[in-house]
Amino acid sequence: MSETGQNTGQNGLVLAADGTPLKKSLARSLRVEKLRALALIAPLLLFVLFSFIWPIGEMLFRSVDNRDVGEVLPKTVAVLKDWDGTSGELPDETVYKAFTADMLVAIDAKQHTKLGRRLNYETSGISSLFRKSGRKIKKLDLETDGPFKEALIKIDKKWGDVETWKAIQTHSVKYTDGYYLAAIDMQRTPEGAAAQSEDKRIMMTLFKRTLWMSMIITGMCVLLGYPVAWILANLPARSANLLMILVLLPFWTSLLVRTSAWKVMLQQQGVINEVLVWLGMVADDSRLVIINNQFGTITAMTHILLPFMILPMYSVMQTIQPTYLRAAKSLGATNWTAFWRVYFPQSIPGIGAGSILVFILSIGYYITPEIVGGAKGVFISNRIAYHISSSGNWGLAAALGAILLAVVLVLYWVYDKIVGIDNVKLG
Amino acid sequence: MADTHSGDAFVEFERVQKSYDGEVLVVKDLNLSIPKGEFLTMLGPSGSGKTTCLMMLAGFETATHGEIKIDGVSINNIPPHKRGIGMVFQNYALFPHMTIAENLSFPLEVRKIGKSDREAKVKRALDMVEMGDFGGRRPAQLSGGQQQRIALARALVFEPELVLMDEPLGALDKQLREKMQFEITHLAHSLGITTVYVTHDQTEALTMSDRVAVFDDGRIQQIDPPDVLYENPKNAFVAQFIGENNTLHGTVKSISGDECVVVLDSGEEIDAMPVNVSKVGERTTVSIRPERVEFDKSRLHADAHTLKAEVLEFIYMGDIFRTRLRVAGTDEFIIKSRNAPDQTRLKPGEHVEIGWLARDCRALEA
Repeated sequence: MSETGQNTGQNGLVLAADGTPLKKSLARSLRVEKLRALALIAPLLLFVLFSFIWPIGEMLFRSVDNRDVGEVLPKTVAVLKDWDGTSGELPDETVYKAFTADMLVAIDAKQHTKLGRRLNYETSGISSLFRKSGRKIKKLDLETDGPFKEALIKIDKKWGDVETWKAIQTHSVKYTDGYYLAAIDMQRTPEGAAAQSEDKRIMMTLFKRTLWMSMIITGMCVLLGYPVAWILANLPARSANLLMILVLLPFWTSLLVRTSAWKVMLQQQGVINEVLVWLGMVADDSRLVIINNQFGTITAMTHILLPFMILPMYSVMQTIQPTYLRAAKSLGATNWTAFWRVYFPQSIPGIGAGSILVFILSIGYYITPEIVGGAKGVFISNRIAYHISSSGNWGLAAALGAILLAVVLVLYWVYDKIVGIDNVKLG
Repeated sequence: MADTHSGDAFVEFERVQKSYDGEVLVVKDLNLSIPKGEFLTMLGPSGSGKTTCLMMLAGFETATHGEIKIDGVSINNIPPHKRGIGMVFQNYALFPHMTIAENLSFPLEVRKIGKSDREAKVKRALDMVEMGDFGGRRPAQLSGGQQQRIALARALVFEPELVLMDEPLGALDKQLREKMQFEITHLAHSLGITTVYVTHDQTEALTMSDRVAVFDDGRIQQIDPPDVLYENPKNAFVAQFIGENNTLHGTVKSISGDECVVVLDSGEEIDAMPVNVSKVGERTTVSIRPERVEFDKSRLHADAHTLKAEVLEFIYMGDIFRTRLRVAGTDEFIIKSRNAPDQTRLKPGEHVEIGWLARDCRALEA
């Protein structure tokens, strides 16, 4: 026993009463608690793992996954390696023969149209080339119908085009950055990454618009929500609860219904225009265009996301004691100075939390821009949805989604640097 | 009611009334004048109107009726930030997002005082409360006692002539509270500022104040220096509220000058001093301080009335002994005696006779 009343071992470790090191003893006594805690969260953990993390990982993997070409045309890819696409000469007979062999297998398994679709993302027209040639290639016999160079060119003269083979060669790698390039208006060419032709550039516009409009929506929510949150936090409990119900009321209505209601309000023959015309403030033939553009999206989304701004601001403001304002005034500050120098800085964590929430929600918003946004008011998420459900280009959709995720993370990091994430309070 | 008009009044309440709901008066016809440099405490139970009075003086509540004057000028229509009154709040209200120095600098900044001047004043104020090294910290990094000092320094830094304090020591532990009580009074007197201090702690009121105004039911029940208040309470409420008191109920049997005889409900007779009774046969509540009760017969007048008492409990409290007795039908009669070498320690079950000087036993209204 040392003087401090602790057992100390030879190497200076503190020992428990039975002589085992204290740290070990402590870890043992905490083990059961840790296991119990783990068992409690295990169901949710497994659920999240299988229903969220795994599918998202799978989806993100699609943004670089490019095994289609290699899997469907294994022999072709192997022999195409030796061909120099920049020479301007067509590949030789071995390539054509290997291609025919691969295609015969692929057509049997009905894989060639899928491959055509994949290559079509990069070079338009290839999809129909594969589909149309497929029927004719099926009739070829590998043993008797050579040489295949002439046979294929006879089936479709595009097989005699160097560009077609360049496309196959360029996209035969297992993993590609092609989807990411496409997501930022570029493309992978045999010569390397290059800008997309001007008429096809749309993604950067959409990204910029999404970020810019999300910022405007967040700003609008702050401006409109702050006074409401302030009143909520300063009213007596009874009236505050009533007002709170009004704030939460939109949550009880379907998002689709609310957005559709905005459509009714905003359209040219809608409520707002009719009232303005009736009041004579707007001429009948120059009705305001306030839907199917950015104004429509911003208006409807500000309304829909406002509660997400008010709630965190309210819960932060509730914790700011009214005595701070009184103290400031007793020290000689006018109402405005007291608010600006004393109340407002303390409410910033609420603004921060609300802004992050609204901004991240709006950056990925889909339904509202889709319904009231028209062509000028859609977001990047609408493009993602288009590639998922209409064009079937999941790789590009995944790349867009991954970029969006990265943007959010970067903004989160920037926010942490500027405001400090410790300053964010949800209550 | 206490009406203490005087020529040198610095703060004056003239017939001030306050109602929040238009039905009940929280403050009823308040008249009060405070001379310059006085340390006045408003003491009373919660809901007695003392804090409302303070808030009206600070400008956070408006008087429903009457006038409040500072230095002869009515301040009813002057907003709080123009009154130039320093205020210390119950929970200090130090701005959490500012450092201590910024907190102190705030009242100077809004008064548009130059930077060098500001820094000098902040430093002086911090030194005054012995917190000179804490300027760079945030309020949350300070202990309760330190925050209290900063709140005090902030209320004084712009050199107000009047400082209001709203139960500023309520959140501190006993030892710190006693230390701060001394420091606040010392500071207030050395700076010569007028202080209005609100508390519900009567010890605090007695130890700190030049005068104490006892509030109850929206009125000042008594306003006097602490010793007068303690020894000569004017009515049953003050007697009961300030310090500890034994109360007995009875009827006045005879009055002669400043002495009277009261027949208790148990039939026994005691000596008392008539305070709020004037007629024979009147009902009365008599009150006696526990430390003024004698159980040693040799120290009483030969002809003094005594009461039979049975010791129920003896509590050793260190500096004093506290003995609970059954007297005249009540089990809650308390005697306090000093822990001196020759002091008798009563034992439970013992029977004694108790008595007192007539002037220590005050016959108040029933």
